[in-house]
Amino acid sequence: MILLEYAVLFIVLAPFIGGLLAGIDRKLTARMQGRVGPPILQPFYDVGKLFQKEQIVVTPSQHFYVLSYLVFIVASGALFFAGGDLLLVIFAFTLAHIFLVLGAYSSYSPYSFIGAERELIQIIAYEPMIILAAVGMYMVTKSFFVWEIMTSSLPLILYLPGVFLGFLMVLTIKLRKSPFDLSTSHHAHQEIVKGVTTEFSGPMLARVEIAHWYENVFLLGFIYLFFAWNPLVGIIAIIVAYLLEILIDNTFSRATWKFTLKSAWIIAGMMGLVNLGVLYYLSGVVPV
Amino acid sequence: MTHLSKSPWILHYDASSCNGCDIEVLACLSPLYDVERFGIINTGNPKHADVLVITGGINEQNRQVVQNLYNQMPDPKVVVAVGICASSGGVFRECYNVVGGIDCIIPVDVYVPGCAARPESIIDGIVRALSILEEKKRMPAHGRATGGGER
Amino acid sequence: MINNDRNLDFTPFEGEFMITLPFLVLFPAVIAILLLLVSADAWRRLVVKAGALIIGIASLYLLFITPETGPGFFPVEFDSISELMFLAEMVIAAFLVYLGIKYKKYLAIFLVVAQAALLVYYESLAATGTHIVPNLFIDQFSLILALIIGIIGSLICVYALGYMATYQEHHPEVRDRRRTFFFLMFFFLSSMFGLVFSDFLPWVFFFWELTTLCSFLLIGYSGTGEAINNAFLALNMNLLGGIAFVGALLYLAFVSPGGELLNISTLIHSGHMVALVPAVLIAFAGITKAALMPFSAWLVGAMVAPTPVSALLHSSTMVKAGVYIIVRFAPVLTGTMEGLIIGLIGGFTFLLASAIAISQSNAKKVLAYSTIANLGLIVACAGVGTYKLVWAAILLIIFHAIAKSLLFLCVGTVEHRIGSKDIEDMTGLIVRMPHVAVMMFIGIAGMFLAPFGMLISKWAAIEAFIEAQFGLIFVAILAFGGSITVFFWSKWMGKIISVCPVAAKVENRIPQEKWIALSLLTAMTVFICLAFPLISSYLIEPFVLSVYGATTRLSQDNVTIMVMMLFLLMIMPFSLLWFRKEKNIVPPYMAGRPATPDLHFLGSMGVTRQVTLGNYYLEEVFGEKRLFMAGTALCFGLILLVGTLTAGVAL
Repeated sequence: MILLEYAVLFIVLAPFIGGLLAGIDRKLTARMQGRVGPPILQPFYDVGKLFQKEQIVVTPSQHFYVLSYLVFIVASGALFFAGGDLLLVIFAFTLAHIFLVLGAYSSYSPYSFIGAERELIQIIAYEPMIILAAVGMYMVTKSFFVWEIMTSSLPLILYLPGVFLGFLMVLTIKLRKSPFDLSTSHHAHQEIVKGVTTEFSGPMLARVEIAHWYENVFLLGFIYLFFAWNPLVGIIAIIVAYLLEILIDNTFSRATWKFTLKSAWIIAGMMGLVNLGVLYYLSGVVPV
Repeated sequence: MTHLSKSPWILHYDASSCNGCDIEVLACLSPLYDVERFGIINTGNPKHADVLVITGGINEQNRQVVQNLYNQMPDPKVVVAVGICASSGGVFRECYNVVGGIDCIIPVDVYVPGCAARPESIIDGIVRALSILEEKKRMPAHGRATGGGER
Repeated sequence: MINNDRNLDFTPFEGEFMITLPFLVLFPAVIAILLLLVSADAWRRLVVKAGALIIGIASLYLLFITPETGPGFFPVEFDSISELMFLAEMVIAAFLVYLGIKYKKYLAIFLVVAQAALLVYYESLAATGTHIVPNLFIDQFSLILALIIGIIGSLICVYALGYMATYQEHHPEVRDRRRTFFFLMFFFLSSMFGLVFSDFLPWVFFFWELTTLCSFLLIGYSGTGEAINNAFLALNMNLLGGIAFVGALLYLAFVSPGGELLNISTLIHSGHMVALVPAVLIAFAGITKAALMPFSAWLVGAMVAPTPVSALLHSSTMVKAGVYIIVRFAPVLTGTMEGLIIGLIGGFTFLLASAIAISQSNAKKVLAYSTIANLGLIVACAGVGTYKLVWAAILLIIFHAIAKSLLFLCVGTVEHRIGSKDIEDMTGLIVRMPHVAVMMFIGIAGMFLAPFGMLISKWAAIEAFIEAQFGLIFVAILAFGGSITVFFWSKWMGKIISVCPVAAKVENRIPQEKWIALSLLTAMTVFICLAFPLISSYLIEPFVLSVYGATTRLSQDNVTIMVMMLFLLMIMPFSLLWFRKEKNIVPPYMAGRPATPDLHFLGSMGVTRQVTLGNYYLEEVFGEKRLFMAGTALCFGLILLVGTLTAGVAL
């Protein structure tokens, strides 16, 4: 069962929600640092400006990769909100990210090249945990389909607390927050110039930014799945989780790739696998 | 008014400054002055930047670098020369290795005087530059500008 | 199946089996002998192309004659075949002993003699028993393998025509033994056909030994010290497997003196009590042939051979024989401790070989480790062996064969044009060899990206493992191993699509044979993703259903979405037409340093330097030495464990 209307809603609304979210993020970050901060709508101004800038490229093929990145992020997010297969959604997201990485590689620029390598390290750092999260949801609800997980009356969070914590950890990587903003970063942060996005400019950079908004909305949707049995709790959880990410962003310094990889894997292993193992064991004793 | 003036991203380059003006530029980012109020972000990347903020004068070491950075910025773009050295070469003007102010290499849109320039005047200069940015958007130069000639 | 209008009674089709199955086994051998005799290059080209075409058509023809349900048997009425095979095995043993003495490889001699002695003992036992009529047979699984061998294998042979001509030009020091080379290539195909069509285990063993022999001779083709050493390494490891195989034959000869259980079709239905011990022994043989962890060294060493040989070993022959036999015995292994441990050997091999691939910069070694990893995954599926996993395993075999052969042939082509098979030297391939680079890109995408084949199988495997016993371990292995594969494939992709500013185009002078093979394989990589629901429902599902009585498939929704994704992927490149008129091209950001168009810049102390970009290899974390040691120790321990368990059952 694919719920097309939700997919359309996602495609239309997600940029607004994502942009607003980024604006609130920047405002809160500024307040945490004792600054006034930009207007809430600042991300929209930024993207609007980028579209008004001249397009310069290093190689025209960058366009292809960035456009593919945007298209596949939107497609996989739409698939998620349409209630599609969670694993397929995850794989489609990986595909989209590979396009971003390839776009960075294609320019043969030292900075975006290193950014691309680091982005790949980040992908291998977070991907196992996300797959394990999907597997955990399957173990509780017996389905990989998002709409079945959504309509399940079981409080997933009570079955999967470890998986949820592990997911929060990799969420930091996905949201490009400190300490894991190795490959490119937000706001005024700089790392290896701008890493993956160094060679994207003007309208092309705006597309990357919009894709990131779509992606953030998808990630928050993923958090919601853990709390889907009660919409109110779900929305509160999303807000709390996002605030937590902003706090982490402002209190940690950037980590090395080695630390990122190791900590992501260890936490995925400890939190995720142990949680799943317990669940697996219990399912033999107490039927879920 | 377009979005250009609401989201100026700057690239700060220290040409041959004594670091006096640089510290003042960075002070603008601090909580006291907080230029992010105006959507100003200090990017480290000419390809993302709209405003090139340069401190210090041109010498033989950085002449090509300034030219290169300027060329790599997408149009429309403005250049703000911060401090007296960037504006005219200042006290170093007659040094054997100094060429002069920024405007002998690339066209400068706003000159911010001072030694060192105060944060207030730097912010003022950048905000001035924004209206020039708007104007450049309305009347785009033909082709990609390669910068001014030499003096 | 495909021709729905055919009538259901079986008799008319026996006639067609009679022609096609022995034809496919014997015809490549005839071509092989012909190639041994022909020395003129023009004639060789003609014979190879004609032979490849006929083999391809004949294996496609199998599609129409394979019965829809269950295997179709074809008794071979020629009495002395088994004796001839025994004789041939003894001749081969003598030949190997001669080579062993010549090159002073005493371990090999010992293993050959041990195996021959066991074989003689087995023959003496079997001779006293009643004789049964051995069968050739075909079912959907054999058919899939036959299609892979017949189509991909013969394409590789066609490619080899162009490759070997250049190879001999580039390596004047290697004696031109192209007659032997092509003889062995086609003989290899012949023995693979024999292997997948044989139901009678001693026959399977005969063809098994032939593949060992062919690979041994092909690896040692160049005759250098390294090649000889690696050839003997491959021989030793495969002989170990061979000895285990004879062990299985001996066991069966003891258990059923009548020889009924020597047929695979009866053996897999005869229950754990009888079948488990031979199944584990044969699975061990399969592990050696499929180069899983403690034995992975031979496949990596085999990279010294000319690239078509690697392509053949990796995609359609040799290692596929190993996984073929394990998947065949999956119904026996499923649900047993032994099967689980064999699955674990596969799983750990998958994880560790993928990790090692990260640290490799030699393209052929990356491909080798990726093959080892995928074979590990197939064995993991087959070892745990539920019907869903067998479905995934067969899917993996198909997709892997196509994408991997394409990649090997691309690397071979690139190697001859740029003179290196190092990934670091493939920078900007998209500019230097645009067509080959796009093909390589598609091949790599086929190995790990979303709507393409290998990912479908990994996905199916994750879903299937969750429900299997102790499946969580495998799910974890897949989650981690799968993301590791993303790393080494993407960085390779990134290398070839980097648009380096100044590079000469060197795509001319690629022989036509190479183009034929490359473009057909690329087309197949894409086509197979569109056609896989058909392949699943017409070939894989009937097989799984006939063996397990239950089957699985991807849900309709998902298939639709995958097809849509694939179309989207195919449409996206057209956006380049729109963007191609982009005028504002600026050089990459070099921290403000002025750089020339070919990225020379003035470094410190006035020295001019050029930008070179190198990939991450993360030696410290994913170093070959370290992980290989770990894998060998771990998997060797597991093999000892399964050996002990099996010995317990046997005694």
